[in-house]
Amino acid sequence: MTTQARDEIKIGGLGASRKRVEDNRFIRGKGNYVDDIVLPGMLHMEILRSPLAHARIVSIDTSKAWAIPGVRLVLTGEMMATRNLAWMPTLSYDTQAVLATDKVRFQGQEVACVIADDPYIAKDACEAIVVEYEALPVIVNPTQALADGAPLIRDDKENQHDNVVFDWEVGDRDGTERAFAQADLVSKLELHYPRSHPSPMECCGSIADFDRSTSKLTVYMTTQAPHIIRAAVALVAELPEHMIRIVSPDLGGGFGNKVPVYPGYVMSILASILLERPVKWIEDKTGNLISTGFARDIYLKGELALRKDGKILGVRMHTDSDHGAFFSDAQPSKFKIGLMHSAFSCYDIPSAHLTARGVYTNKAPGGVAYRCSFRVTEAMYFQERMVQAAADDLGMDQAEFRRRNFVRDDDFPHRTPFGFLTDSGQYGKCLQVGLEAIGYEDFLKQKEEAKSRGRLLGIGISTMTEPLGAGNSREYDILGIKMFDSAELRVHMTGKAILRTGAKTQGQGHETTWAQIVAHELGIPADDIVVEEGDTDTAPFGMGTYASRSTPVAGAAVAMVSRKVRAKARKLAAHLLEVSEEDIEWELGRFYVRSSPETGVSIQDCAYAAYSNMPDGMEPGLENVAYYDPPNLTWPFACYIATVEVDPQTGVWDVLRFVAVDDCGVRINPMVVEGQIMGGLTEAYAMASMQFITFDAQGNCIGSNYMDYLLPTAWETPGWELHEVVTPCPHHPIGAKGIGECATVGGPAAFVNAVLDAIKDTGVRNIDMPLLPDRVYEAITQRHDVSGAPPVKMDDHD
Amino acid sequence: MYPSRFRYEAPRSIEEAIALLQQGGGEAKLLAGGQSLVPLLKLRFASPELLIDINNLPGLDYHKVDPDGTIRIGALCRHADLERSAILASRQPTMAAAAPLVADPIVRNRGTLVGSLCHADPQGDWASVVTALGGHVVAQGPNGRRKIPVSQFVTGPFQNALAYDEIAVEAVIPAPKGTVAGGYLKLERRVGDFATAGVAVAIERSGAVVTRAGIALTGVGSATIDATEAAKALVGSPLSAETIAQAAELAAGAAQPRTDHRGSAAYKRQIVRTFVERILTRVEQSSEKAG
Repeated sequence: MTTQARDEIKIGGLGASRKRVEDNRFIRGKGNYVDDIVLPGMLHMEILRSPLAHARIVSIDTSKAWAIPGVRLVLTGEMMATRNLAWMPTLSYDTQAVLATDKVRFQGQEVACVIADDPYIAKDACEAIVVEYEALPVIVNPTQALADGAPLIRDDKENQHDNVVFDWEVGDRDGTERAFAQADLVSKLELHYPRSHPSPMECCGSIADFDRSTSKLTVYMTTQAPHIIRAAVALVAELPEHMIRIVSPDLGGGFGNKVPVYPGYVMSILASILLERPVKWIEDKTGNLISTGFARDIYLKGELALRKDGKILGVRMHTDSDHGAFFSDAQPSKFKIGLMHSAFSCYDIPSAHLTARGVYTNKAPGGVAYRCSFRVTEAMYFQERMVQAAADDLGMDQAEFRRRNFVRDDDFPHRTPFGFLTDSGQYGKCLQVGLEAIGYEDFLKQKEEAKSRGRLLGIGISTMTEPLGAGNSREYDILGIKMFDSAELRVHMTGKAILRTGAKTQGQGHETTWAQIVAHELGIPADDIVVEEGDTDTAPFGMGTYASRSTPVAGAAVAMVSRKVRAKARKLAAHLLEVSEEDIEWELGRFYVRSSPETGVSIQDCAYAAYSNMPDGMEPGLENVAYYDPPNLTWPFACYIATVEVDPQTGVWDVLRFVAVDDCGVRINPMVVEGQIMGGLTEAYAMASMQFITFDAQGNCIGSNYMDYLLPTAWETPGWELHEVVTPCPHHPIGAKGIGECATVGGPAAFVNAVLDAIKDTGVRNIDMPLLPDRVYEAITQRHDVSGAPPVKMDDHD
Repeated sequence: MYPSRFRYEAPRSIEEAIALLQQGGGEAKLLAGGQSLVPLLKLRFASPELLIDINNLPGLDYHKVDPDGTIRIGALCRHADLERSAILASRQPTMAAAAPLVADPIVRNRGTLVGSLCHADPQGDWASVVTALGGHVVAQGPNGRRKIPVSQFVTGPFQNALAYDEIAVEAVIPAPKGTVAGGYLKLERRVGDFATAGVAVAIERSGAVVTRAGIALTGVGSATIDATEAAKALVGSPLSAETIAQAAELAAGAAQPRTDHRGSAAYKRQIVRTFVERILTRVEQSSEKAG
């Protein structure tokens, strides 16, 4: 490197904890969300939702609504049906009602909508619609769904004679049976991962603007995947794709909630086409919580075949997942229960077998989202709870048990028990860093000492390895569209640049970190690069942002497009330096002559030449586009350790300390990475302690607002102690792995394991999340496991 | 938020506000802090025809202490004022303990104690505190003012004893006759959540002997529960492990909890028992230290 090379940290390149550029407008209240957009002549839409979970619609009388001044349109399922829009396809080859025609299948389902001059009128008009329902028996869990004589929820589907969505298996059934036959001990555990909701602060919404004179449909909407939406609208509404423009402006969080297509979007589009006016739909919090893509809601029967010395010989899992009324998971087409079979990827286990059954119930559809890629959150929770129980059953130290079964550092590439190929990791080291940070041995002594004074302390470990970055096109597609991603880089004459990608930031900080990758590859200061995403008319095609896939896929595309631009800049440099390309060396931000390092030109010089002084025969300009199809997933690893104290008189538990060791490969912006980890841990704590959606026997959703659906505040959120181990991804251009979801995925089991460790003397092996104080108290005093969704018995006097 | 249509008035005097209430004929609602009313409007659970905003009424934002020790809290005194109050910190431990536990900081900035009493939510903290302290509410109507003991003011879930044309202008905590002690404990699933169970304890002592006691329970019945038997068990003798245990047991028995998503009925009784015991044990231990 010559003295003239750029200092990478100073220009905001790789490894710089650069402040987030997008925060400048957010903290000033200058963000531009869908609800901030006002178009001339815009109308407002409100949705009437079903109060019942399962009921036949006898009649809908909209006459009183039409009579209210200012009402422009009232849509019902019957009217949608005349345009073949009463039903729409889901992302999992099922169908979902846009507006109910025959019956309602969950509480909160869309029954009608009103478009009016203002939202007050629209709301009044919704209240004026009279719907007569005939109540049907309600199903709120898989047991009821699978019972003999259970009412058929999806009687709209031909050839659907029961409530089963799928019956699927993966792994080696026979080999696993042999492993269990050889086991000294079989450790069994039944678990429930309760239903929760991604609950972004900004709910869903859209403004559809159909212009008859140009035939162009513009939709401003809350979507994490604008190009998928464009394709879906083209296919469902049968509009030409080039006449559809989807704009996803600033998003107030997504967490997977803003991947699917929701009925509200479809209705606002149809309304705009019919009325030829912009139609705005802004969902309220209750609408968001009771009708949009929920998360989890899955039951496990798990077994580990163990040898006395602690070796895991085999794993057997059966899951029953509750998908609600419509199967609308967003997941790779070929995996029916997402990536549940990524479980136990960090452990060296010879054989594994998973059976998975999905069922319909009278609950809202969804099932995948919430800061977890495709059921990995559940997989890792089940894994670490099973591992903990197995260590306890063997009477072995929980850290030692994990250490004995980890895949070793020299074992990569490694074929996981269910057949994934992992490529890198230092699992033992991460665990060791965590144990040292928490002071493992000291804590065990402290715990024993506290016990003698009647205090209950516990320590819980959780590890996770997450298959992130869907995906490679061989295995990952949504509705047949391959899951690659893209970046387009245009360097202007003065050396400033604009970068566009097919991803869509919703809090991840793309505007900051993408520029850092370009800075790293080209030496252009990050401050000189503007990043733009979310407009399908300008951004290159991409699959959007979820599944922690942006850095693994779009981020790689950013590096690759920068390299393409650099290759052209090299030719320009050779021209400017009047030497041949072979005689030129590159250092950050500068080409120089190998034999004369002080003779060089900057990347900015090359950019100027691209517009003012290109060699004969060279195409002017300095820009390119790259589509990146990753060779494999990326496999970050993490180890999370919690210590807790449980109050035996109330069941209240407090987190004493929490240590997180994350290995996400090379960190582009350490501050942004740490922010992601802290946010993820907070959500992990939320699910372990308080955050769940449950239903009463009538299918009423308990958790339909923020008084009942609890998000932790700064007050109860523990402090996080973060540590890192860096194992670069071998195939990613800059060695990065995904990180957005790791902490949410791996975190919950650490809390649960810690609480169970604290009350181990009671013999209790499991308390299902959330670990509300009353459930912990029940376990301590009754000395039994507390399983399943928290009961809702509102009329139960003692 | 898109509530139903309503008329909005912001009177400048109590008399004007009362006249508006009379005009409203039972279809009017008063808006003070709005921390319960506004969510009800938003959800359209409440659709009053007339909203009378009393935030412009002068001279109601006080809390003060009379020379004899009586504490008076005006209708526009916010929870946050009480949280930061030097008066409560030095004179009224039960109120001082409760003030920072009411809802969350944002709600405390706007919400009022008197409004909380009027709302009569069985999960409201202040009704228990004022009950335990034997306080009363001053109501003003077209015919002047009257005193309503808080035990008679809250008549049921979300129901109070005010006539449709009366305004609760002040809450009053009577002057203590002995040295005061007490506390407030609440179990909530998260800050800002309604109480799973809450316990207010207020005692007065002459020397070590308890001369007056009040125990009231939050969130374990269809209205605030005045656990009079539990309180009686403390009066006439110094605090001891035995009287504390007895009061805790009686308070748990006085609770009428229901099993719901915040916990089982038996669990809520256990919380009441534990909290009564914890507050009184703390009082006993600190007086031992002082003695």
